[in-house]
Formats: sequence, C-alpha cells, structure tokens
Amino acid sequence: MTCTEFIALLDELIDDSLPAETRAQLQEHLSGCEHCEVTLSTTRKTIEIYRSHEVYDLPDTIRKRLHDAIIARCKHGC
Amino acid sequence: MATIQQIGENEQHPDVALVNSARAGDVQAFETLVNKYDRQIFRIAQHITQNREDAQDIVQDAFLKAYEKLDQFQGNSKFYTWLVRIAVNESLMRLRKRRTGKMVSIDDDIETEEGSVPRDLADWSPNPEQNYSQAELAEILRKTIQGLPQGFRIVFVLRDVDGLSTEETAETLGLSVPAVKSRLLRARLQLRERLSRYFRKKKAGEK
Ligand SMILES: [Zn+2]
Repeated sequence: MTCTEFIALLDELIDDSLPAETRAQLQEHLSGCEHCEVTLSTTRKTIEIYRSHEVYDLPDTIRKRLHDAIIARCKHGC
Repeated sequence: MATIQQIGENEQHPDVALVNSARAGDVQAFETLVNKYDRQIFRIAQHITQNREDAQDIVQDAFLKAYEKLDQFQGNSKFYTWLVRIAVNESLMRLRKRRTGKMVSIDDDIETEEGSVPRDLADWSPNPEQNYSQAELAEILRKTIQGLPQGFRIVFVLRDVDGLSTEETAETLGLSVPAVKSRLLRARLQLRERLSRYFRKKKAGEK
C-alpha cells in the first residue's frame, strides 16, 4: 500500500467503517510509515479539538431574547 | 415508504412526539425543540455567514419557518436534519443578499487541491491546545476554519462537529454521498495542515 492509497482511506479509518481486511492492510502500512502515522494522529486530534471546543458561543442573554421573539410570533400565528 | 415501516413504534425519535404536539398547537412543545437545537443552528449559521448578527437572525428565521411549515414535515427524515436544511438555505440567502449579484452556493470556492497531499508532517505536542489560553485557542480555531472554502467548511461542521451521518449531510446540503466524502477528507486534511502551524512540536532551540 502506498501513502496515497492510505490517505484515500483515512476518513473510513477514522470513522471506523472499514472491513477488517482493509483495516489490517492500513495497520500494516502504519507500522512502517511515520508520515501516515503522524497524519492519522494529528487529523484525529484536529477533529477532537473542534468537537470539544465551541467556536461560536451563543450567550444566554441573546438566547433568551431570540426564544422570546420566536415564541411570541408562534403564539400569534406567524 | 418501506423505511418508515421498518422503524418500530418503540424506536421513534423523541422529537416526533414534540413535533406532533407542536403541530396540534402546543407552543411549549415547540419551545422545547428551540431549546434543544438553537445553539447548533446558531453555530451552523455563523460558520456559513461568518457574521454574528446574521447568524442570530437566522436562528429566529429558521425556527419560525420550521414552525410555519410543520405540516409539511415528513417523518421520513429527522426533525433536526430538516431544520438544518432550512437554516442552511436561510444562511445562503443572507450571503447572497450581502454579496449582491454574486451567486452563492455550497459549491463555491472548491476548485483547490490544497490539502490533498499532507505537507507539514511534523508531529504535534502531546496536548497542543494546552499551550494556549482558552481565548487564544478559540481564536486559532476560528481563524483556521474560516480559511477553509465554504463548501468544505460546512461539510466538516455538519459531519464532524455536529455529528450528522454522511447520508444526512448529503441530504441536508443536496450533495451526493461521494461529494460529501471527498469534501470531508479534504476539509480534515486542510484543517490539520493549518493547525500544524500552531500545534507542531517545537524543535530544540526553537521559540
Ligand atoms: Zn504512508
């Protein structure tokens, strides 16, 4: 397996949606290729960081104002 | 309609009951849905429009539109995916208004090969985010994702941040499954590449 072939399957590997046989081939490539190993671990970390840190927070005061506006209009038939 | 019949009575998504009550005029049931999903809708709208005021307006408009159209909601997709679809459309409409005359779609700006082949292959520090304050980190993450092409950014947000499936993301954006997959891969690789600038291990003697 080449690095390009590995990268093409990177998402499936991260999302754990590969058949066992393909998975084993990827693992084998990983054990001998530092580049792909780093790519895999740092891509995983990228996803994890974006998942665990809210980039755009909606403050409670604004939430409340939006809710009130939405519900008021729903009640009056929008 | 085979898919609907396969879903047993007991496996019904909790939103279905709320939607049904809201349809029958129970505004409180709808409020529960607003409470449940407003932050996510805000996040999606902000990622697309890159504008705080617009994103707030979109939260309001998307929920009102959903309320108006509740009767048209078909139980064959999740309420949330349906809502996201409304929010994405509202967001793109806003963008179009801002850039008058220029068509805006999720197909914009994707003619790039950047990121398909990883270049910066330095490893990262073990917990790279700990080298930054919360505020600094938030700024880094914002700046980095803002630099992605629109069509990649939204796929990454729906799929990886919001946790929609590939199929749901495709349905929501009106894209094919292969298109979602190829964008997701490139989005992930580009983000990784850009974050490397901040997170890579420093060599001895480097500041
Ligand atoms: Zn490799």
